[in-house]
Amino acid sequence: MSWAPAFLSNPDRFMAFSRWAAPMFGLIALALAAVGLYLGFTAPEDYQQGQTVRIMFIHVPAAQISMFAYVCLGVASFLALIFRHTLADCAAQAAAPLGAAFTFLALVTGSLWGRPMWGTWWEWDGRLTSVLVMFLLYIAYMALRASMDDEAKAARAAAILALVGSINLPIIHFSVEWWNSIHQGSSLFRKGGAAMPPVFWVPLLLMALAYMSAFGSLWLVRIRGEVWRRRADAAALRVARG
Amino acid sequence: MSRLAALIARETTLAWGRGGGPLVALGFYACVATFLPLAIGPQHDRLAAIASGAAWVGLALASLLSLERMFERDYEDGALDLLLLSPVPLELTCLVKCVGQWLAAGAPLALGAPVAAIALGASPALTPLIFACALLGGVAFAFVGGIGAALSLGARRGGLLTAVIVLPLFVPPVIFGGGALANFAGGLPWAGGFAFLGAYAAAAVAFGPLAMAAACRNALS
Repeated sequence: MSWAPAFLSNPDRFMAFSRWAAPMFGLIALALAAVGLYLGFTAPEDYQQGQTVRIMFIHVPAAQISMFAYVCLGVASFLALIFRHTLADCAAQAAAPLGAAFTFLALVTGSLWGRPMWGTWWEWDGRLTSVLVMFLLYIAYMALRASMDDEAKAARAAAILALVGSINLPIIHFSVEWWNSIHQGSSLFRKGGAAMPPVFWVPLLLMALAYMSAFGSLWLVRIRGEVWRRRADAAALRVARG
Repeated sequence: MSRLAALIARETTLAWGRGGGPLVALGFYACVATFLPLAIGPQHDRLAAIASGAAWVGLALASLLSLERMFERDYEDGALDLLLLSPVPLELTCLVKCVGQWLAAGAPLALGAPVAAIALGASPALTPLIFACALLGGVAFAFVGGIGAALSLGARRGGLLTAVIVLPLFVPPVIFGGGALANFAGGLPWAGGFAFLGAYAAAAVAFGPLAMAAACRNALS
């Protein structure tokens, strides 16, 4: 992987990089979330949705990260499978529970939002169902990984599953068009600019960036933990062999 | 070519003969179809509304049952090592295994699907479509299911794990087939869902063996 920057391919460089990058992204996330939440809660009520519009600032970024985390999982799995790169495998392993957590958050906040808006906790439409299926894919990934004793085999099998599952992502993306549903399409990114006033999209954008930074920070922390765990295992093996 | 013919004969015979062949899947399917009225109540109109969908879901679940046998026995007794060494590419071997699985589970279940649907109260006019959907969906279930079966080789609790891996991937064919059946029953255009089901099955046939072979090589490495 000579094309990759050294801090991503060399574990020592990565540990040196992530040592300051992880807390830095964490602080950025806190600062952005503080401003975003303040603006979000001082924004005027929506004329249709009232106070519940504020759920958007928690829900929409979580849904975005849930998909972004799967992209990260897929790319890391691809690199781990093709180049047999250990750090990429650590990254894939670390991304799965994070992605599952963000997906769960998106599902729960979406359900809480659906109750006052659509009058139902759950609606079986295309997008909700696809996100639920993505959650199940995360669970399958973690279950497969956990049920094999041989770590190298578990890593490769899980990487194959992650790549197979990534065919699910386009289905999620286009599900709104495929299945006519009551779930509205994206209001932020579309032709002719955002379909909401700045007082709503500014905090939403800040929260999206905050979530992204938080994901980056947590991901780096989890990869660091995984690298330390593997180093500890290797050291224990060395000691056991004498 | 004779190697391939021998392989096809072997896989089909094994799939039909091993552990009761198609009887297990058919028996499970009959049980699911029987449980539904017991759980929902025998009112005819209520059952008829969900008959085709219930028959379709039962089909997806029943095709999970025999997946475990696809690779596990060959993996345990070492036959998979020999298949890996043979001049026939492992991808082709996996494809043949899936065809055997389809002949032993998908095709018999497709014969049972209209019976289950009509017993639950679906209109007999639905028979050709549910048979075609079950045949086509069975291809998708066999090829996607094979991926799960190959991936869970060497894992603890392989059978349950296969179900957890495979069921999320069964979602698109279940949606497309169910949509086609529901639209047909409602007098709406149904060809779109059926075409999507065929597209998904074709994609599964094209890409499934690659993933299965990779998973088998990994399990044997």
